[in-house]
Amino acid sequence: MKRKLPNITSKLYAPAAILMLLLVWQGVCMMDLVPGYMLPSPEQVWQAFVSDAPLLMRHAVYTLQEAIAGLLIGIGLGFVSAVVMDRFQTVYRACYPLVILTQTIPTVAIAPLLVLWFGYEMTPKIILIVLATFFPITVGLLDGLRSADQDTVDLLRAMGANRRQIFTYVKLPGAMSYFFASLRISISYSIVTAVISEWLGGVQGLGVYMTRVKKSYNFDKMFAVIFLISALSLLLMWLIDWISKKSMPWKRTD
Amino acid sequence: MEKLQVVHVTKSFGDNIIIKDVSIQLRSHEIVCLLGASGGGKTTLFHIIAGLHQPDAGQVLLDGRDITGRPGQISYMLQKDLLLPEKTIEDNVALAFLLQGVKKKEARRRVAEYFPEFGLEGTQKQYPHQLSGGMRQRAALLRTYMFSNDIALLDEPFSALDMMTKRSMHQWFLNLMEKIQMSALFITHDIDEALLLSDRIYLLRGHPGTITKELVLHEPKPRGGDFELSEEFRYYKSIILNELGL
Repeated sequence: MKRKLPNITSKLYAPAAILMLLLVWQGVCMMDLVPGYMLPSPEQVWQAFVSDAPLLMRHAVYTLQEAIAGLLIGIGLGFVSAVVMDRFQTVYRACYPLVILTQTIPTVAIAPLLVLWFGYEMTPKIILIVLATFFPITVGLLDGLRSADQDTVDLLRAMGANRRQIFTYVKLPGAMSYFFASLRISISYSIVTAVISEWLGGVQGLGVYMTRVKKSYNFDKMFAVIFLISALSLLLMWLIDWISKKSMPWKRTD
Repeated sequence: MEKLQVVHVTKSFGDNIIIKDVSIQLRSHEIVCLLGASGGGKTTLFHIIAGLHQPDAGQVLLDGRDITGRPGQISYMLQKDLLLPEKTIEDNVALAFLLQGVKKKEARRRVAEYFPEFGLEGTQKQYPHQLSGGMRQRAALLRTYMFSNDIALLDEPFSALDMMTKRSMHQWFLNLMEKIQMSALFITHDIDEALLLSDRIYLLRGHPGTITKELVLHEPKPRGGDFELSEEFRYYKSIILNELGL
C-alpha cells in the first residue's frame, strides 16, 4: 500500500497543471483583460457545450464513424504493405518512394478534388483519413519487422522453422510495440483529418459544426467543439494504450 | 560411435577464407571444446554445422547422414539466450514442438517433466525478463535439449555471465550432462572453461582458421574446483598456451 502512494501523487501533477491553467484563464476573463466576445471564459465554454450537447453528440458520432472507418482501413492497408515490403525486397524498392510521395500531398489540397469525385458524403473523407493514417503504420511496422534480431531468426531456422513461422514467432511479436507507437500517431491523425475534410465540404460532423459556429462568431461554441475533439483523440489513445497492454502481457511489469 | 563429423570443411566469404580444411569429430556422450580466439572462424564453423551456411568444400555428417547445408537437424545455444520475450518460459522451451505443429497443451505437457532436472521449477509461466541471466541460459539449454536430446551446439553459452554465476553454471552443466547423456560441441575462448568441461579440446587457430591441435583429457568428470588447482590442470594449460603462442 505504501508503495502506491507516490504513484498516485505523481498521477495528480498533470490534472493539477490543467486545473491551474483553467483557473488563470477564468481569472483573465473575469478581470476583463480580453474582450469577452473574443475569449469566452471556461465557464461560458462549458455552458455552450451543455446547451449544444445533443447536437454536438450527433456530429461527434458522425465524425467518429469516419475516423474509425478510415483508421481501420488505414491500419489494414498499412499492415499489408509493411508485411509485403518486408518480405519482397523488390516491392520495397519499387513502392517505398511511392509511400513517401503520398505524404507530400497536402490534405487540404486534394480534399476539394475528392469531394468533386466522390460527393459530400463519407467516402472522400474516409479516403483522406486512410491516406493520412496508413503511412505511420506502414513505416513503423516495417521498421519493427526489419529490426528483428538476426540471431533469433537464425536459431529458428536451425530448428527447422519456415518463413511463415519466423514471421509469427519472431518478426511480428517483435514489431508489436512499433505498431502500437505508430497507431497512437495514426489515431490523432484520423480525428484531425476527419475534421479538416469536413471543413472543406460536408453535411454533418464536427468540422461542419465548426464552420457553422465560426460563421456566426460563436467563440464559446468554437472552444467547446475544440475541447470535444481533443477529448475524443485522448479517449481513443487511452483505448489503444489499454489494448496494447492487454495484447502484450510480457511487457507488464510486476 | 561418431555422433557428428565435420569432414574437411572450407568456407570463404568473397576472397576471405575463414576456415580451411577443418575436420572434427564428436562421439556419443562426449563434450568436445573448440577453443580459439574470437573472430577466428568458430562461429562460421558453427553456422555450417547448424546448416545455416553451405561450406565451399567438405561435409557435415550427423549419425553418418550427410546434413551439409540443411538446417533443422541440430539446435544450438548462444551467449545470448535468444528466448522469445513475448512467450512464457514453457512455450519458449517447447518451441521445437510448436514449430513441428504440436498443439500448445501437448507441447507444454511434454516439456513439463524436464523443468526440475534443469533447475527451472516454478518458472513455467514466467516471462524471460523475469529470470536471471543464469536461469535464462538454463531455459535456453532445455530448449536446445527438447529439439534434439542427443546433441547440442553451444557457442560460448556462459561467457556473458558474471564469474560467480558462471562457476556455478559449470558445475550444474557437468552434473546435468552426466545425467542426460547428451553430446555437446562447446565453443569457447576461455581455456579454464574448456579444461573444466571437455573430454577433448580442438584448437582452432590462424587466418584462415585451421585445427592445429587435438588434446585428450583423461581427468574423470564431473570435475570440481580442486582440479583447477591441480598439477595436471596447469600441465594442460601450459600445452594450450604454448600452442596458441601466448
